[in-house]
Amino acid sequence: MIQFLSQPWAWYFGGFMIAVVLFLLLWTGKSFGMSSNLRTLCSMMGAGKKVSFFDFDWKAQRWNLIVALGVILGSFIASNYVVSTKSMALSQNTVDQLLAMGIQDAGKSYAPEILFSNSAFSNPYILLLLVIGGFLVGFGARYSGGCTSGHAISGLSNLQLPSLIAVIGFFVGGLMVNHFVLPLLLKILVI
Amino acid sequence: MKTAVFFTIGILFGIILYMSEVSSWFRIYEMFQFNSFHMYGVIGTAVFFGYIIVFIIKKIKMNSILDSTPIHIPTKQKGWKRYLFGGIIFGCGWAISGACPGPMFSLLGAGFFPIIIVIASATLGTFCYGLIQQKLPH
Repeated sequence: MIQFLSQPWAWYFGGFMIAVVLFLLLWTGKSFGMSSNLRTLCSMMGAGKKVSFFDFDWKAQRWNLIVALGVILGSFIASNYVVSTKSMALSQNTVDQLLAMGIQDAGKSYAPEILFSNSAFSNPYILLLLVIGGFLVGFGARYSGGCTSGHAISGLSNLQLPSLIAVIGFFVGGLMVNHFVLPLLLKILVI
Repeated sequence: MKTAVFFTIGILFGIILYMSEVSSWFRIYEMFQFNSFHMYGVIGTAVFFGYIIVFIIKKIKMNSILDSTPIHIPTKQKGWKRYLFGGIIFGCGWAISGACPGPMFSLLGAGFFPIIIVIASATLGTFCYGLIQQKLPH
């Protein structure tokens, strides 16, 4: 059991457990959606005084911020005390493709060192990539009214057509950038 | 009490995101390359069981455990523009950062500190949406 849990989880177990989280949040009378926290953060920092979109009682959303804090601690625990290996069973195709693009740690680390190790802080080009990526995620999530948890999991589980349209959008944008833009961005990166 | 409940659910979710490798940039890259079934399996299984859960909650008219009021499962407003356009923008960012909002917090906990930049700019992106919301087609 412990060995099963300390290995990277199989897709069926991970997927099932995400459904358990969905259930727990519905059972406590809430809903499952992480990107709303970004709106709450804006409101908390006083954006409601200038922009009506943020003029709401953010304290009513405090529970979701607490979930997000829990996520931080949960992943701290998982990465330090649960997981028994740093390697990932990525497909050989992925490893080869990334290697050809100059990313050498595919399969050996959890996130590419070039983007997510502390050295990224001193590389303006990588900082720019992270800023652009994050900005689009934040803007797009609020524009479409949800992210992977709110639309792909909560919305599709409730058979919401708008969520299906949003998820199709996620993939239209994601496929375009992944296939046509990201290779160029990474090429500049390794020069 | 309520705080402890939500904090615990969050911890569980954080462990799940990390252990099932959903928070990994590599897994998102691989998903968009159709190189592996992993991410499709995770999301597909979650939606499969999620559908059963939502169905049962509605069928037996389940009450919330915290305040015994009927569980309300929100529906999305009708329309398509905001979902399609917003979704595409989200997807573009997802393919670059490799992290959607849940995994952003997860990566922070796992010690990948440059994700702070992503969280900050995602918050800024959310703010900018709020600024120009009325000028966008919905």
